[in-house]
Amino acid sequence: MPLPAETDVTTPKYLRDKYAIVGVGETTYTRGSDKTTRALGTWALRNAIADAGLKASDIDGMLSYSGNDSTSATFMAGDIGTRLNFYMDCIGGGSSTEALIGIAIGVMEAGLCKCVAIFRAMNGFSQVRIGGTGARSAAPVNGDMLHNRAYGWQSAGQMFSPTFMRHMHDYGTKPEQVAMVKVVHSEHASNNPKAYYKKRYTVDDVLSSRIICKPLHLLDCCVETDNATAIIITSAQRAKDLKHTAPLIRGIVGRCSKPRMDMHYQHGPISRVGGYYAKDILWPNAGVGPEDVDATGAYDAFTFTSMLQLEDYGFCKKGEGGDYVSSGITRLGGRRPNNTSGGHLCEGYTHGMNMVIENVRQLRHDVDDSCPIGPDGKRQHTYDYREGGCRQVKGIEVTANLGWANPMTTSAMVMRRGG
Amino acid sequence: MSVQGEYMGMNLTVDDLDHENVDYFRYCAAHDFHLQKCDECSLLRYPPTTGCPWCSSPKSTWTKVEGKGAVHSYSEVHHAIQPAFKGKTPYMILLVDLDTQKGQPTPDEALRVVANLAMPDGQLAPPELVKQVGIGTRLRMVFADVGPGLAIPQWTIDETAAQPEKPWRYPQE
Repeated sequence: MPLPAETDVTTPKYLRDKYAIVGVGETTYTRGSDKTTRALGTWALRNAIADAGLKASDIDGMLSYSGNDSTSATFMAGDIGTRLNFYMDCIGGGSSTEALIGIAIGVMEAGLCKCVAIFRAMNGFSQVRIGGTGARSAAPVNGDMLHNRAYGWQSAGQMFSPTFMRHMHDYGTKPEQVAMVKVVHSEHASNNPKAYYKKRYTVDDVLSSRIICKPLHLLDCCVETDNATAIIITSAQRAKDLKHTAPLIRGIVGRCSKPRMDMHYQHGPISRVGGYYAKDILWPNAGVGPEDVDATGAYDAFTFTSMLQLEDYGFCKKGEGGDYVSSGITRLGGRRPNNTSGGHLCEGYTHGMNMVIENVRQLRHDVDDSCPIGPDGKRQHTYDYREGGCRQVKGIEVTANLGWANPMTTSAMVMRRGG
Repeated sequence: MSVQGEYMGMNLTVDDLDHENVDYFRYCAAHDFHLQKCDECSLLRYPPTTGCPWCSSPKSTWTKVEGKGAVHSYSEVHHAIQPAFKGKTPYMILLVDLDTQKGQPTPDEALRVVANLAMPDGQLAPPELVKQVGIGTRLRMVFADVGPGLAIPQWTIDETAAQPEKPWRYPQE
């Protein structure tokens, strides 16, 4: 029988709320782990399995992503003590987490396995530096790379800057507005005992830090850390028997891209990012819109990346991202806090997974801040967001994670509180 | 075998089987800028590809293109990542809209050719020149020779063009 002429290849709507993230885990966020990525990955996976209340042997699917700077599922499966029915190790950095969750749902729906662990293990400071210094910067320049690396156009900051700069030109976005992304995320990190950098910064601190490549100051850039992170996904039905009230996955998009992926700057406007296309898949799949979201996890490889994604996913009008991120909306206590863990700018760099982990904990209403633990073993959240205090978002029901690979490619996921 | 040469201490190579890049850089070595023009839809494209991004035709013809345009966006690197650029800061990475085919096939598209800000001889521009260039600055293409069959395009200020009174630059110097 011939296929219908038009096939909707996006997530069928009936998968809404059918899968859940049942466990999350991470290692300590460090600079200098003194461990292999294999040891880090095992550590994070064990934590996620324990968090879910599962046995290692319950994990029968595994996905990972890396830029050839990590270990693979083939080592992890044995090291945690399980046998896999499905695994895949993918190439990728930011935007991989949400896209792999989509793949995990797909393979479970297709009957290939029943419970998938996704991990990212990296020594982003002590081995393959995420800022691009070290061995990668001195590698030979061959073929297509002559169009970029021969011009000293290699690191993420260098590659993305023409987008950031053009946004300032087109919309009058000001450095002090964008700096507020770092200020706000540093406030959140100060209430996160796990964050590598807990210090609160001011707009002046950001603008007086040294220029890396215009328009980026040192404090506009994410941190480089060594760590592993892991999450576990299974059916919502099975999640009911597990430890937590697991957040349910409403909808996913990824890796959705602008045209001309070989060199996306050929297609304008260049101040537009992948979210412009992704929003039309994400929101209909999730059955909610930006106005329904209580907290965002907008990927902060740089201050600018959070802002651009919030804009193109529709949390504000195009060009008004500078106003949005400096308005107080994205702050704990504001209408829609962003990256409540401190994100990549402060907590640690994981290529997106720590922002999903944070929103899972937020939706459990059990974020791991310094609030006192009550007689029932649960944290008694104070909702006092002063330094060192609470970071639980009050009454949170819906979150959105907006993942970023680069200006052209994005993935995203909407979750809602379970139960 | 491959086309290769040393440029600012970097080893640049293009494999013989990478026909699209071999052809592109051979024209550059003759200081003659050519791009692939699609045999089907007649649109030029940059950088070299194996098929037309607009109509998917694999057939194209190398066509001479004028190396003139204006800065669309840029970055100015103060902390170099690659060892070759450590002693060259600040240097500019320029995204330049060619006059040829600007606004085609859609209004927001252009052939946006990347290179550094250079002197007329192709050497990287000194800091005092970097400060003069911003979005809107008119540039012309020059070439930095690397080796036999290999030169890379660079951008220099077009001395003959009418320049904007004040090109747009990042507010913090």
